[in-house]
Amino acid sequence: MHPFKILTAVAAPLPMMNVDTDMIIPKQFLRTIKRTGLGKYLFSEMRYEASGAEKPDFVLNKPAYRRAEILIADENFGCGSSREHAPWALNDFGIRCVIAPSFADIFHGNSFKNGMCPVKLPREQVLQLMARATDYPDQPITVDLEAQEVRAGNLVFPFTIDPFRRHCLLNGLDDIGLTLQHEGDITAFETKRKNERPWL
Amino acid sequence: MTLSPQTLYEKIWSSHVVKKHEDGTCVLYIDRHLVHEVTSPQAFEGLRMAGRRVRQPAATLAVVDHNVPTSDRSQPIREDESRIQVETLEANVKEFGIEYFGMRDKRQGIVHVIGPEQGFTLPGMTIVCGDSHTSTHGAFGALAFGIGTSEVEHVLATQTLLLKPAKTMRITVEGPLPTGVTAKDMILAIIGTIGTAGGTGYVIEYAGEAVRALSMEGRMTMCNMSIEGGARAGLIAPDDTTFRYIKGRPMAPKGDDFEKAVAYWRTLPTDAGASFDREIVLKAADIAPQVTWGTSPQDVVPITGTVPNPADEADAGKRAAIERALDYMGLKAGTKMTDVSIDKVFIGSCTNARIEDLREVAKVVGKRKVASGVYAMVVPGSGLVKAQAEEEGIAAVLKDAGFDWREPGCSMCLGMNEDRLNPGERCASTSNRNFEGRQGYKGRTHLLSPAMAAAAAITGKLTDVREIA
Repeated sequence: MHPFKILTAVAAPLPMMNVDTDMIIPKQFLRTIKRTGLGKYLFSEMRYEASGAEKPDFVLNKPAYRRAEILIADENFGCGSSREHAPWALNDFGIRCVIAPSFADIFHGNSFKNGMCPVKLPREQVLQLMARATDYPDQPITVDLEAQEVRAGNLVFPFTIDPFRRHCLLNGLDDIGLTLQHEGDITAFETKRKNERPWL
Repeated sequence: MTLSPQTLYEKIWSSHVVKKHEDGTCVLYIDRHLVHEVTSPQAFEGLRMAGRRVRQPAATLAVVDHNVPTSDRSQPIREDESRIQVETLEANVKEFGIEYFGMRDKRQGIVHVIGPEQGFTLPGMTIVCGDSHTSTHGAFGALAFGIGTSEVEHVLATQTLLLKPAKTMRITVEGPLPTGVTAKDMILAIIGTIGTAGGTGYVIEYAGEAVRALSMEGRMTMCNMSIEGGARAGLIAPDDTTFRYIKGRPMAPKGDDFEKAVAYWRTLPTDAGASFDREIVLKAADIAPQVTWGTSPQDVVPITGTVPNPADEADAGKRAAIERALDYMGLKAGTKMTDVSIDKVFIGSCTNARIEDLREVAKVVGKRKVASGVYAMVVPGSGLVKAQAEEEGIAAVLKDAGFDWREPGCSMCLGMNEDRLNPGERCASTSNRNFEGRQGYKGRTHLLSPAMAAAAAITGKLTDVREIA
């Protein structure tokens, strides 16, 4: 996995609450057996007409935001289905970081597994960043995971991230490898469990 | 030493911690893993690329449900991508030695219907699946939650997950439920109260007289939609209703083992005096049959209510959300819910496709017919539910009334197979999500209970089931 340290990039504003994972990647694209290639279907129903033509008003279709690597949204981003296709689609499009006042739990967890950094800030700060990204699309925003702050012009907003998740992101670590270091503990637990709950 | 009082959640959690790291992150043991075709191919591919095996194939059960057609099953699946996904799961279960219910197995069905039905789901367990409605299994007093595909791979490889404990919430519904009000109405009313993000970061335990009185089917309906309230898991304390349901199921413990298990399960309910991070109390008597008007499950009103007016909302973000929802749903503020006509009825999904749900539908329908111009479909939760409904005469009642009686699967809950709404079509649905496009591009979904869906099928519009029962 690629480490995530400091990202300075164009930020696209998506001023919507409860952006659900069906919106991020609709069900017809879940029939893939790969993790890659979903970027072109990201936000498909908001981004394209039924004919397949781009909707010019959708933020990621506007020239200034086509190369956005940061997305700024409102409350409860990523709610609904557990589909990891949602972070895969964002990642494949090029978005490595979503900034929002709150995230749904499963999407939040899934992001880290893909080297993406979901940043929670107070809503008032998110709205300030959203306004800035709207008014000055050409001025990039910096998400600094080492310093745990978001910087945009003279705006500097600190954020916190679970220390273990931060460590994994900064170093590009894969969870399975880390867990398998405790294989002895897992085996011991399984033996104990068999004695205590033999019906399992 | 006396232990301090613990919640059901804390008991299950602490009995599954393999190792606790300094920062509080735990390696948590997973007892059972359900697998389906949509969220597993990349996980198996990951195992193959790393040369890893499945640590506990016997703790894993696979089924196809999301993609399968609910019509004729004698032919191969027509849509190439769906077929490839199903074939990929078939190849993976063979390679890794996992039990599998294929499309032509009579035990096949929706993953959250078959787990309990087979006795694979038991109290006190940790259960996961790459599907957010895994919360369903919490009805048995099991800690059950949805995971992403990376976590599916993690569980396959290690039989554990890396997690931190959640916060705890108890929602108590006092008193008995009024006539015509069901588990679905209760959970919709709860989501309307706490909001779709109200349970984020929490595990919710449902308690109180109205919850205790529910059958296992009703309890599953409630826990199923915990995720619509933002909570990854819901829980209901196991009791005699639970044990009666489990006894004799194919994968449930037998004989002496069953007795030992029951003795253990009886120790699980939350101790008197245990504290929760948040407590909410509702009165069952205040709950009417519910129906959603918008594009989030929190957009819910009693059937006696009206479509809300965005002008009444002070927050600009929320006002914009209501306006967008009304535009999408083709509804005007102030419209009485009972004046809304429907085109389709969907009875199915992991929320409401169990035998009791179908009995409820048949009871409301009786000798009446589906309204002209309405297409109503019933998709049983599993092959076994379907067979039982046929044996009990439910299928005959529904077919006589004009319902389309189909094969089991997820179907139009999410429209991954061929069952979808057309643009602009309005559906009374017993499923769990009314998101934009969920049941089909530009389709309009109203969530409600099976009894309310039956009432809508008969009249052709959203209807208070208490008026026509």
